[in-house]
Amino acid sequence: MIEIEDLGKVFGSRWVLRGLNLRVERGEFLTVLGPNGSGKTTLLKVLATLLRPSQGRMRIGGRDMKDGAEIRRLLGFVGHESLLYEDLTSLENLRFYARMYDVPGAEARIEALAEEMDLAPFLGEKVRTLSHGMKKRLSIARALLHNPPVILLDEPETGLDQKATAILLETLERFVGERTVVMTTHNLERGLKMGDRVVILSQGKITYEGRKPLDTATFPETYFKYTGARP
Amino acid sequence: MRKALVIIWKDVLSEARARDLLTSFLLYALLAMLIFYFALNPEIVDDAAAGVLWVAFTFAGMLGLSRSFFLERERGGIDGLMLCPVEREVVFLGKVGSGFLFMFVAELILMPVFSIFMNLPLFIPRLVLVAFLATIGFVSLGTLFAAMAANTRAQELMLPLLFLPTAVPLIIAAVESSALVLAGAPWGEITSWLQMILAFDAIFFVLAIFAFPYVLET
Repeated sequence: MIEIEDLGKVFGSRWVLRGLNLRVERGEFLTVLGPNGSGKTTLLKVLATLLRPSQGRMRIGGRDMKDGAEIRRLLGFVGHESLLYEDLTSLENLRFYARMYDVPGAEARIEALAEEMDLAPFLGEKVRTLSHGMKKRLSIARALLHNPPVILLDEPETGLDQKATAILLETLERFVGERTVVMTTHNLERGLKMGDRVVILSQGKITYEGRKPLDTATFPETYFKYTGARP
Repeated sequence: MRKALVIIWKDVLSEARARDLLTSFLLYALLAMLIFYFALNPEIVDDAAAGVLWVAFTFAGMLGLSRSFFLERERGGIDGLMLCPVEREVVFLGKVGSGFLFMFVAELILMPVFSIFMNLPLFIPRLVLVAFLATIGFVSLGTLFAAMAANTRAQELMLPLLFLPTAVPLIIAAVESSALVLAGAPWGEITSWLQMILAFDAIFFVLAIFAFPYVLET
């Protein structure tokens, strides 16, 4: 589903990603671990076509990265930012994105997602007035609006309250086997539990790759060995 | 094209709620006109009128464009747009469309005020035409540079530094044609400047639409 070959990204004179080769199969859940500054967010942004790679090739769903618009139709992205318009209501945000993605039966889809994410009572509220947890849930709803087969999640649990975390986990569990997921996280336990495969990124390179089942008790040592940092 | 209209509608709705862009544009331009009204010698006001108008429009316009991209960057809204399954050029068209709409509406509101300050007829159709044409090039170039400046730390400083030197020919053509309109010059004299504005519109629009995807993705 996702293939990257010799992918690199440079900012100024600093290579943030270097010579990455990775293949994620349809329906696979890939967890990307790594310390801050290892290139996790940059990798997801390149996959999401938000950043242009400085070298290498990428294909998603059989489409070359030159077909950016077609690739984006296959992707749902949840990043650090909510990607929402603060002065619009939750409903207006979802309607806007539904129009941009040509979502068929948009109103019914929005209603269903709002129920699923426990957002229905807040659809009429301006995003500016929502809590961080609610914004995150809305952000996940936005990413799922067009029912994408590939989900990219950049540290989705960051700053979430208990309720939002529970909804997120429930949502992630539903993705397993159904959608192709690439998730970056600092939470080793969650990353190991969810991922069919785990890669560790350090200084822009993949330094470790392992498949389920991985021993959660010894993994912090493995992480330290391949990153030089404590999780 | 339909998606560009969706982006314009989203911007109009956001502006209707926040009233950020129009308010800042109008206040800044009004203040500039007021300062010139009191500062200029009444004997030279007629000669300086076109300059006053375009100083007010230029600086207020830059403020509006900078604010527009700041709002788009807030909470990653621009990334949200970039994730949509449309070409980057559509995003550019949407942002230019809404930028043009806000700036031109503000200009239409300000022109009668300017006329009162300068003791001119309230409605001058040829001046509206000049403003309409010049605003197309202004917003095309301004949108590109505002997107570029929004990626930097000192965005308020970067936009004028990038924009003003490049937009000088367009601003000169706008000032010259406005001065001729206000002096009641014949249509034939004005058209040569209008053709120049149209040429700059075309050049800036084409350059900006090609450069915009690169600016966004790097």
